[in-house]
Amino acid sequence: MHVPDGFINAPVSAVAGVVAAGAVAVSLRGARRELGGAPGAEGHGGDRTAPLAGLVAAFVFAVQMLNFPVAAGTSGHLLGGALAAILVGPWTGVLCIAVVLLMQGVLFADGGLTALGVNITVMGVVTVVVAYALFRGLVLLLPRTRASVTAASFVAALVSVPAAAAAFTLVYAVGGTTDVPLPKVLTAMVGVHVLIGIGEAVITMLTVGAVIAVRPDLVYGARGLTAPLKLRVDGELVDAVPAAAPATGGSPRKLWIGGVVTALVLAGFVSFYASASPDGLEKVAADQGIDAKAQEHAAAGSPLADYGVEGVETARLSGGLAGVIGVGATLAVGTGAFWVVRRRRAAALEA
Amino acid sequence: MTAAPSLEVHGLAYAYPDGHQALFGVDLTVGRGERVALLGPNGAGKTTLVLHLNGILTGGAGTVTVAGLPVGRKHLAEIRRKVGIVFQDPDDQLFMPTVREDVAFGPAAAGLRGAELDAAVRRALDRVGMAEYADRPPHHLSFGQRRRVAVATVLVMEPEILVLDEPSSNLDPASRRELADILRGLDVTVLMVTHDLPYALELCPRAVILSEGVIAADGPTREILTDEELMARHRLELPFGFVPSSVA
Amino acid sequence: MGAGHAHRLYRHAHSPVHELPPHTKLAAVLGFVVVVVSTPREAVWAFAGYALLLAAVAAKARIPAGFLLKRLLIEVPFVAFALLMPFVVPGERTTVLGVSLSVPGLWGAWNVLAKGTLGVAASVLLASTTELRALLLGLQRLKLPPLLVQIASFMIRYGDVITDEMRRMSVARRSRGFEARGVRHWGVLAKSAGALFIRSYERGERVHLAMLSRGYTGTMPVLDEATATRAQWAYAAALPLTALLICLLGWTL
Repeated sequence: MHVPDGFINAPVSAVAGVVAAGAVAVSLRGARRELGGAPGAEGHGGDRTAPLAGLVAAFVFAVQMLNFPVAAGTSGHLLGGALAAILVGPWTGVLCIAVVLLMQGVLFADGGLTALGVNITVMGVVTVVVAYALFRGLVLLLPRTRASVTAASFVAALVSVPAAAAAFTLVYAVGGTTDVPLPKVLTAMVGVHVLIGIGEAVITMLTVGAVIAVRPDLVYGARGLTAPLKLRVDGELVDAVPAAAPATGGSPRKLWIGGVVTALVLAGFVSFYASASPDGLEKVAADQGIDAKAQEHAAAGSPLADYGVEGVETARLSGGLAGVIGVGATLAVGTGAFWVVRRRRAAALEA
Repeated sequence: MTAAPSLEVHGLAYAYPDGHQALFGVDLTVGRGERVALLGPNGAGKTTLVLHLNGILTGGAGTVTVAGLPVGRKHLAEIRRKVGIVFQDPDDQLFMPTVREDVAFGPAAAGLRGAELDAAVRRALDRVGMAEYADRPPHHLSFGQRRRVAVATVLVMEPEILVLDEPSSNLDPASRRELADILRGLDVTVLMVTHDLPYALELCPRAVILSEGVIAADGPTREILTDEELMARHRLELPFGFVPSSVA
Repeated sequence: MGAGHAHRLYRHAHSPVHELPPHTKLAAVLGFVVVVVSTPREAVWAFAGYALLLAAVAAKARIPAGFLLKRLLIEVPFVAFALLMPFVVPGERTTVLGVSLSVPGLWGAWNVLAKGTLGVAASVLLASTTELRALLLGLQRLKLPPLLVQIASFMIRYGDVITDEMRRMSVARRSRGFEARGVRHWGVLAKSAGALFIRSYERGERVHLAMLSRGYTGTMPVLDEATATRAQWAYAAALPLTALLICLLGWTL
């Protein structure tokens, strides 16, 4: 899934780099809060971010090597964005995926250095944000049980993969070095990645379920289930009324979820528009035929291996336009939300 | 010079946040230069006690004093320099990319820099015979070597008391003996948590049994190990064929 | 990608390239790749020039060609993609050996292949001449946030430990007669992944305790500062600057 150099042109790579750097910077602050202080060690050197995030990154790195056999010699593996978000929280999730990608790029030449920004934005930020927003939303809506948590992780992982594929297509629409018919590519990308997403979803759900069964306290996304019902009000713990919303709520989070949902709806709209082109679905099917052969090597996760086997017409202009609008809106919403969250947090710290 | 004992624990009680109480009033004094074995069955509270010695766990009842200095928020940095804990899994202890940096971590956190730091690191590695491995990454060392480096990371702080959690676990007989030679040669107070009773007898003249959160016995190691009734009561068993009274 | 991360790229040797300070090398490679990506695809000869530059660096670093070429395999999925482009991209067609191909598609394929390959080759050269530890120092020197560098260095330190645990779990599974063959066995594998996560997280907590015990107060002491002299910077800059020259020629010619 790692984009190499030369795929996306230099200006767009640079913009993606800035977006990725911003997201990582914000995540560094967020992760501190998520990972918190050790019990009994608060205050003095209680910052556990570096060792815990480092170990989780090592876990993501290792688990990406764990092969899940599909059938007849082919196998897939976990991408891990959704899993990390649910297990350790969205900020730490983004951070860990970003570190894994950085190290893979620098140490293993996996993913181009100029494409690092694109890779982090697509595989880190989009995957984690989409997965966590959906997961959190579902957990809030569904009854407060473990089954809901596993179901929510299934849906979150399922959607996060095609969402990343769509995001990549949109980046490609703006900065791709070769003009490929975009609406069809989008259809194919999203279509194929829904299939890959099913695999990701099943594995993520099972893994989250396995962790919940043993150490429910370690599942960040399920903290509302196990933690005693306390509300954090201006830094003070206050007993909650039993029917109250989970402690992690708050208006920045709502705003953020709202922003992401908007972006999602937008992305969905774009892909709907794209799939309106007549022979899209058949093409995707043909696509997978071709792909089944290519994938044994590429593992189930490479968007680019299964990418671009598409049509011939030039719906380029409209597609490109939609892409520009989509990426612009997503970025605007995303940065806006990050900005607000950061301001709120800074204000809270000073208070 | 009548220095304060290396370690004084009085009435230490502690319950974890989940309500599980592990310590029920521990009293223990370890004099300067003593080597004491801390024995006890699984779940007796040994690790909980160890984590109190350098103030990682606090907030229960009772006091811990290290060389006259009470363990508490005020002297935490000083306490952590004086109490050197060697954890059971050297991979947890050796978290830096190279042996040299790992040994330097503690003194550097305390502000030591430059040639002084280099000299301290070299000295500590020499004491455990690992100087030639200074630039290796820890995961390229054998388990026994990693355990020795872990000891060095603590020795470099010139601790008042060295606390070892299961020092002989997972060591082959040669590494086990090498570590014993190193420990015996150190001029430092040692508190050794262990299930390895022959090792305790070999290294520690005195032993205490921690059982159900209190010190249940305290005396010369040989006497404790030969008190069959006491041993059985606290689920302690000697390895097959090992007779403490026959060891010189 | 499926696998292949188990092998570290670093090749121990003494060469002028090995001895350059890591941050100068990182900056040089990044500069080189940016220049390559910004080169117009039509300037075919420029890419040949870049390849020659990299070959010169490889020779200087005593990296055998075979080693370098083998590491390029990581690119294979993209080669497959690039090879499809001439068939699917719309636009003017041309006929090669009786097969109708798209001209923009051919250019696109060439573009991705050439730039991607040069990028991977440059990264491989960097990774094979720079030790892990030095790379981290270099990143730190290039002003990456210290916390990020720390996380990366913990990841590197414990990557092997965790993959070893994973391998042991797999051996344990197989010793008990379990062989994962298909989707039906995902539950068992996922349980392993879950257990691996718990172990990793708990190890993180223990590492943190060990750090606290040795006086950690939230910041890592900076022990080694990678420093570079002006001459070293100039030496490292030779690669991207020559490339830039080629690139400018490519734009003007």
